[in-house]
Amino acid sequence: MSVEAVTGAAQESPAVPAGTAPAAPARGTGRRAALWALPPLIVVADFFCYPLALVVAQSFIAETGGPTLAVWADVVTSPEFGAGVARTVLIAVGAAAGCALIGTFLALVVSFAPFPGVRLVSGLVAVLPAVPGFLIVLSFTFLYGSAGALNALLGGSLDFLYTPWGVLLAEITLFTPFVMRPLVAAFGQIPRARLDVAASLGARPWRVLWQVVLPEVRPALAAATCLVLLMAANEFGIVLFIGAKDVVTLPVLVYTWGIVTFDYPAACVVAVVNVVLSLLLYGVYRWVLSGRGKRRARVDED
Amino acid sequence: MSAAPAIQLRGVGVDYGRKTALADLDLTVERGETLALLGPSGSGKSTALKAVAGFVRPSRGRVLLEGRDVTDLPPHQRGIGVVVQNYALFPHMSVAANVGFGLRARRAPRAEIRERVAEVLDLVGMSAFADRSPRQLSGGQQQRVAIARALAIRPAVLLLDEPLSALDAALREEMVGELLRLRAELPDTTIVHVTHDQSEALALAHRIAVMRDARLVDVGPAREMYRTPRTEFTAAFLGAANLLPVEVVEVDGEGGATVRLGDAIMRARVSGELDGRRRAVLGVRPQRVGVHAEGTGGLPARLLAAQWRGEVFRLDLRLDGAAHSGQEVRVRAEVASIEGLPPVGGRVALTVPDGCPLIADASPEEET
Repeated sequence: MSVEAVTGAAQESPAVPAGTAPAAPARGTGRRAALWALPPLIVVADFFCYPLALVVAQSFIAETGGPTLAVWADVVTSPEFGAGVARTVLIAVGAAAGCALIGTFLALVVSFAPFPGVRLVSGLVAVLPAVPGFLIVLSFTFLYGSAGALNALLGGSLDFLYTPWGVLLAEITLFTPFVMRPLVAAFGQIPRARLDVAASLGARPWRVLWQVVLPEVRPALAAATCLVLLMAANEFGIVLFIGAKDVVTLPVLVYTWGIVTFDYPAACVVAVVNVVLSLLLYGVYRWVLSGRGKRRARVDED
Repeated sequence: MSAAPAIQLRGVGVDYGRKTALADLDLTVERGETLALLGPSGSGKSTALKAVAGFVRPSRGRVLLEGRDVTDLPPHQRGIGVVVQNYALFPHMSVAANVGFGLRARRAPRAEIRERVAEVLDLVGMSAFADRSPRQLSGGQQQRVAIARALAIRPAVLLLDEPLSALDAALREEMVGELLRLRAELPDTTIVHVTHDQSEALALAHRIAVMRDARLVDVGPAREMYRTPRTEFTAAFLGAANLLPVEVVEVDGEGGATVRLGDAIMRARVSGELDGRRRAVLGVRPQRVGVHAEGTGGLPARLLAAQWRGEVFRLDLRLDGAAHSGQEVRVRAEVASIEGLPPVGGRVALTVPDGCPLIADASPEEET
């Protein structure tokens, strides 16, 4: 028997007609791509840019119809506006921090310390974002209100629901799943062997969590916390339904001046500030996070 | 210093629900010894390693390290170095930070950490890569870092869980050499090497423990296991031996026997206990089977397939006139040349050398 007999049939080259050049990019591809981009651009322009431009323009128009900076000057120097900005930032940052803490804790429990019924609990938490904000407030009223179940047990000593703390708790309850769900997915991506090896090297569970697990889910945590920050800065339903007298955030101020007192230009000023504030909070948060990330890496290498 | 073995597993069993992943394993590994846990997927070898490391809690039995019962201790209190298949490097840390992780966890002084990290990186030839991220390293380099990280804490026991299986063939060969060098440089370190690759086990281990279906099948010195396997499974798994059914004609008192294979009579070495059985199997490695043109003497056979493997030709053959439990007997041979042999489907003659290991036939003895 010869060697050729056992090597099998020679591999045939793919049938390519001689002289055939690779297909050149079709002309007009760029034009077609631009046409495909047009529909979403039109939608964004119609539903976002145009109304925003109107709001911005309205904030610079006086009652007489001429251009003016007086509305901005009046609104920015008013005590309600300053208090509204401060309250909005505090509640947004508080809610984001609370959601990050509680969401991380819940995700850790679900991922690494499962208990009987963990899937049910996880499912219930995941369903929370589908619940309207006012229902959360309603349930809070039944639980923590002056005539609520908890106050009946404690003899009426619980009185926080109509304060900023009540708003904060309701927002944390509503927004925590937005942190928890992506973190559960991120924890699921960490190979079990990595945690085992870290433990075998002498790391206690707390160190494994702090130095191995959390750094790996930092992007997911940052993204989720940013999302909560933005949602909390613009939350309106919860604040309105709780009806706390001292809790006037920027969205509530827009509602009050635009709908209740019919001061539409002033409401537009607050709306513009609200948008800018949201973007600013988002930018600051990302900047702080990236700075911390760099410092963390340096510490690890020490 | 106590003289207790480095590792003792006493009746260790691991169950996952109703499935037994490890069944009552008794195994001792001496200090400074390298033991290979060898077996196919699902044989329980990695579970045994996890039980030693503390990654799984045994359902029964005890685990002892240097005479100390560590069954109930968590992994971070065992002081064992572990290297896993995919290295499990921490991607957000540099190479140096990875290697120093265990020392930081043990709150070693900074100067000591720096010194030890440099030392072990030098040992594995990775000093120039200390500031790199694991993502910037090749598979072989990551492997070296994983080994350095495990060695940094000066473990008495080093567990290697299929450490070479993610590497390509050339790199694997190179890393076997590296591991042999490390073994020579760390004579006091006990190494347990889990693998499904018999050549790795033979190259690296002093002793080999063969596992199958969650059980320990056989354990012994590597050379002895290869030359005189005591079970059919060991013979087949460790060296891919052909198991040829033979009739035992005579057993002498010096470990030899005369056997009949078809019409041929040959000498064999008794391997394991025959227990007076008249039927046994002869373990013949593919390299030892001679394949010749028909009519040159030997056992008649038919050539079923031939593959060129570069250095050798692998031939699949069927023995004529021999059957084992009603099944035809297939033989695999590896020969340097096929000159003079007929084409596939033709008849050939096989020769088997004297001195092959004779193993008790695991199938029930047929009534005669």
